[in-house]
Amino acid sequence: MKKNFFLFIVAVLGLSAQHEFKPLPYAYDALEPYIDAQTMQIHYEKHHKNYYNNFISCYEKFPELKQMSMIEIFKNIEKFGPKVRNNGGGYWNHEFFWDCMIPGGKAIPVGEFSALFLKTFGTLEDFKKEFKEKALNFFGSGWVWLILDKNKQLKIVTTPNQDNPYMNISSEQGIPLLALDLWEHAYYLKYQNRRGDYIDNFFNVINWEKVAENYKSASRK
Amino acid sequence: MKKLSVFNEINLVYPFELPALPYSYTALEPYIDAMTMEIHHTNHHGTYVSNLNAALDANPRKELPLFEIFQKIEEFPAAVRNNGGGHINHALFWKWMKFNENGKPEGELLKHIEKTFGGFSQFQEEFTKAALARFGSGWAWLILTENNELKIISTPNQDNPFMSIAETKGYPILGLDVWEHAYYLKYQNRRADYVKAFWNVVNWDEVKALYEKLIG
Repeated sequence: MKKNFFLFIVAVLGLSAQHEFKPLPYAYDALEPYIDAQTMQIHYEKHHKNYYNNFISCYEKFPELKQMSMIEIFKNIEKFGPKVRNNGGGYWNHEFFWDCMIPGGKAIPVGEFSALFLKTFGTLEDFKKEFKEKALNFFGSGWVWLILDKNKQLKIVTTPNQDNPYMNISSEQGIPLLALDLWEHAYYLKYQNRRGDYIDNFFNVINWEKVAENYKSASRK
Repeated sequence: MKKLSVFNEINLVYPFELPALPYSYTALEPYIDAMTMEIHHTNHHGTYVSNLNAALDANPRKELPLFEIFQKIEEFPAAVRNNGGGHINHALFWKWMKFNENGKPEGELLKHIEKTFGGFSQFQEEFTKAALARFGSGWAWLILTENNELKIISTPNQDNPFMSIAETKGYPILGLDVWEHAYYLKYQNRRADYVKAFWNVVNWDEVKALYEKLIG
């Protein structure tokens, strides 16, 4: 009864918790030595949290954000101005990024995804080479993504700042399957200017099972 | 841009070289730490210089002074824009700093700043705002326009106010690097603390000298 009353109040006040700041799916030190605990903690507690708080503060100006899914927001991103674009992107990109990693990494499961993946890139090593090259050639702050594009093809793309491939302002759009943060804050404490070493080490913690799952749901859309 | 010769003491022509830092790596402690200075100068600036040379090696217009290249930067590959900007921006940035706690400009420059912004602290506030509002990597600048107006602007990545593609063009007389590499080892996500610390390492003598040469 008390619980129902609470839910009623929540509904009346419109405090729906659609956009939550989810816990990190593993401990700060879980990705050591590839990604250090201090970086994870600051990245999650400060950077990610700050994007979330700034995004939530946009509710005041755009109350409709509360009820929209992040993907709907991204597909209409030009309507909401740079604060929503930067912080909504920062909030969602990081949450997605955490789920792309897992202690020890997970191999690519055999199935529809692995078939398309190998057909597209050749071997896993070929994929790594291309992914690393795109990531190194990207200048400034941004992200590198593996996406499924509208022709159901796998593609490696980059986006500046906190943009992502869902956003209708992105030059290469699609459904993200895998992401790597290329902001210096993602690697500077451990790798400083050596972005290449950071990328090589990221390959050790990719959760390819999650990427294959992302592919499965993306290919049905 | 008619007064580019003012900047001539910077190494402007291919092949480019990494200029020596005008002070030791520890000189700006505790505001900017020695490790940051060393990596920033040797690795970041050094890489911009070598990548700039590599980007121009096979270019028939590589002998043009870099400032002339900036005037038509859209005709050059992105690597020239990024690394050319990276080289000049850092070369200027090093000269604009020295240990100078709570330093303040003097003379005509101070008067001009007060007239434009309402006071020195209002100038600092507006400059800070520009440095914090720049999302992602970039620079905050105090520029003198061709019409001798002072303005505060910011540019993304390694763009600068010399470049033809800049939204607001002018001669930078002070700049602050707000790439995370400029402050992350010491300040992490606290960019505001880094900007606050910067006011203790501004070489106002150098800024003033540059201003006076430009204003003529």
